[in-house]
Amino acid sequence: MAFNYDQYLRVDKMPTLWCWGCGDGVILKSVIRAIDKMGWDMDKVCVVSGIGCSGRFSSYINCNTVHTTHGRTIAYATGIKLTRPDAHVIVVAGDGDGLAIGGNHTIHGCRRNIDLNFILINNFIYGLTNSQISPTTPQGMWCVSAQNGNIDPTFDACKLAIGAGASFVARETMLDPKKLEKILVKGFSHRGFSFFDIMSNCHINLGRKNKMLSAMENLEWIDSITTPLKKWEALPAEEQMNKFPTGVLREVEQAEYCDMYDMVIEAAQGKRGKITQDDFAKKI
Amino acid sequence: MAREVISTGNELSALGAFDAGCMFFGGYPITPSSEVMHEMSDLLPTVGGKFIQMEDEIAGISVALGASMAGTKSMTATSGPGISLKAEQIGLAFIAEVPLVIVNVMRGGPSTGLPTRVSQADIGQAQYPTHGDYASITLCAGSLEECYTQTVRGFNLAERYMTPVFVLLDETVGHMHGKAMLPDLEEVKASIVTRKRFDGKPEDYRPYDVPMNEAAVLNPMFEGYRFHFTGLHHGPTGFPTEDAAQCQFNIERLVGKINTVAAENDGLDDEADYEEFMMEDAEVCMIAYGSISRGAKEAVMKLRNDGIKAGLFRPIVLWPSPAKKLKEIGQKFDKIFVTELNMGQYLKEIERVMGRSDFGTLHKANGRPIAPLEMVAKVKEMF
Repeated sequence: MAFNYDQYLRVDKMPTLWCWGCGDGVILKSVIRAIDKMGWDMDKVCVVSGIGCSGRFSSYINCNTVHTTHGRTIAYATGIKLTRPDAHVIVVAGDGDGLAIGGNHTIHGCRRNIDLNFILINNFIYGLTNSQISPTTPQGMWCVSAQNGNIDPTFDACKLAIGAGASFVARETMLDPKKLEKILVKGFSHRGFSFFDIMSNCHINLGRKNKMLSAMENLEWIDSITTPLKKWEALPAEEQMNKFPTGVLREVEQAEYCDMYDMVIEAAQGKRGKITQDDFAKKI
Repeated sequence: MAREVISTGNELSALGAFDAGCMFFGGYPITPSSEVMHEMSDLLPTVGGKFIQMEDEIAGISVALGASMAGTKSMTATSGPGISLKAEQIGLAFIAEVPLVIVNVMRGGPSTGLPTRVSQADIGQAQYPTHGDYASITLCAGSLEECYTQTVRGFNLAERYMTPVFVLLDETVGHMHGKAMLPDLEEVKASIVTRKRFDGKPEDYRPYDVPMNEAAVLNPMFEGYRFHFTGLHHGPTGFPTEDAAQCQFNIERLVGKINTVAAENDGLDDEADYEEFMMEDAEVCMIAYGSISRGAKEAVMKLRNDGIKAGLFRPIVLWPSPAKKLKEIGQKFDKIFVTELNMGQYLKEIERVMGRSDFGTLHKANGRPIAPLEMVAKVKEMF
C-alpha cells in the first residue's frame, strides 16, 4: 500500500509554493517517512526553518513549527531543545541560511553537540531571491550577483560540520529518496548533533544560468559531482577534489549538550560536586 | 516580610527575574550588563532552569525566544550594541507575540561608544528597536529596589501582553552597590502573571484569532496544540498571509494592545508608572529618570534650601509614556526642567505630549553623570 503522507502534512497548505520539479518536496517526503519509521508522536516533534525556499518547509509539516529569521534556526532550536529535551527537533535551512548568514550558529550547534537534526538543503544557490551566489555555488558558475562568473571559493559543508564537532555527519542527494530516508533515520536515531548535507536541485535559478535548463539536467549534474564514500576514498586525489563523498561521513558517540547540562543542574543542586576537568576525557 | 539585601543593580535584576519565575536565560557577554548573566548562570540551575551563553548577541536572543516559544519564561540581557544586533529578532518577538524580558544596561554610544560609562541614550532605541510598526513596553529602574521590582514587572507585562519588554538600567544603576529592601517574596509570587492558555479542543485552537487590542493566546509547545510561529504576517492560526485587511488588522492590534490599552486604562497594570517627589507645592518641575533622577532629588533639596520650590517627576514606564500625567504637568507648571544623559531623546516625547517646548534643559552624552549642582545652576537660570 502506498505511504499515506496526509496525516503528516498540513494538506490545507498544499500545493506547496516550491517550483515544479524542485527537490524540496522529495526531501519533505523523505523526512516524513523517516519520522514515521522513528514512530515519533507529531505532538512531540518540532520543525524549525529559516528564510528562503527551505523556510516554507515548516509550514507544510503537521507538528509544532517555527519559521524563524534568516540564519538563526539553530539558535532558536537550541532554546526549544534545552527547554524540552524530550522533544524531537528538526532544523531545516538552505545553504545561504545555514552556511552564510547563519554560519556561526552552525559551527556552534555542531560544537555543543546538542541533539538537533540539522538538514541543510544544499541547492548551491539563493533560489528564492533569484539566483545570487551562496557559499556552495561552484566557482565559475553564473548568477545574478556574479554576472561575470563566480570567483568565491566553495564550502564543503560536511568538512565544516566535522571540524566543528558534530557527532553525526552525512551527505546524500535527493536523487535516491530511499537512501535519503535511510540516512535520515540513522541520524534521527543518533543522540547528538546530526548534520545532513542534502544536495538538491534549483534548475530555475541555478540551472537556467548554467546550462542545466531542466530539473533532470540539474540532477544529472548533482549525480556527476557525488559518489559514495567508499568509492570516493579509492579515487586519486585530483579526482577526489571534484567529487563530494556521500553516505555517513562521521558517526561517533560524544557527550550531548542537554545531558551535560543535567550535570550543571545536579552540581547546582548539590547532588554532585562541581564539574571539573576530571569529568571530561578530553582536557584541552 | 520585606527582605534587606546588599547587592548590585545588575544582580538584583537577575534575582527579580528568578523570583518572577524565569526559567531560561540566553545571552552573550557585554559590558556593563554581564553581571546579570553571571548571576543567572548561578541561580537558574538550582531550580532546574536553563542558562546558556551563546556564540553572539543574535544567538543570545534567538535561543531565549526559542525557549519562550516552547512555553517557558525567558530573558536576555545586554547593552546598546547588543540591542542593535538583536533588533531583527526583537521584531519577530513583536509580530509573533513571543514574551521576552530584555534587560538593557545602557552605556555610551553610538557604536562601541563608551563601554564602561553611563548613558541613557537607548531610550529612542527602546521605543523603536526594529523595523516595522509595533508598540514597545519599556520600564526604567532608578534604584536598586527597582532593578528587582521592574524586572519582576517586566515578566508580568511580557506574559500579559505577549510581547518583548525592555527593562532599562543605566550603567550607574546596574553597577550601584548597596542596601536594598526587596518586597516580601510571597507577595512577589502572588503577583506573578503567567500567559493565558487555550484549554479547548486542539482542532478549535486559533492562537492569533483574537479581537482588536487583545494579545495572542500561545500555548506551550508539545502539548497537543500544534500551530505555526512565523515572522511573516499571519492569519488566525499563525500561517502566512498577505491579505490586506488581515495585515492592517495585525498591525493595528499589535500597536493597540499596548498603546490603546495603556491610554484607556491609564497604564498597563496597577503599579506606579512614575514617581512624584516633593511635587505638591512645587513651582518648578524637574523631569528625570534612571540614575540621574537620584541627583535630581538632591538638586530639588538644594533648590528648596535656596528658596526655590522645586519638585521631581520621574517616569518609570517610559513607553508607552505616562501621557495623561505628563499633560497635567505641562498645564500646571510654568517652569519645567528636563535633564537626561542623552541629547534629548525623551525630551521629544515630553514636547509632543505637552504640546510646548519652552523647557529648561540639561543634556549630556559624554559618559559622565550630571552633578546636582549643575542641575541647580541650570534651574536657577530659569528664574
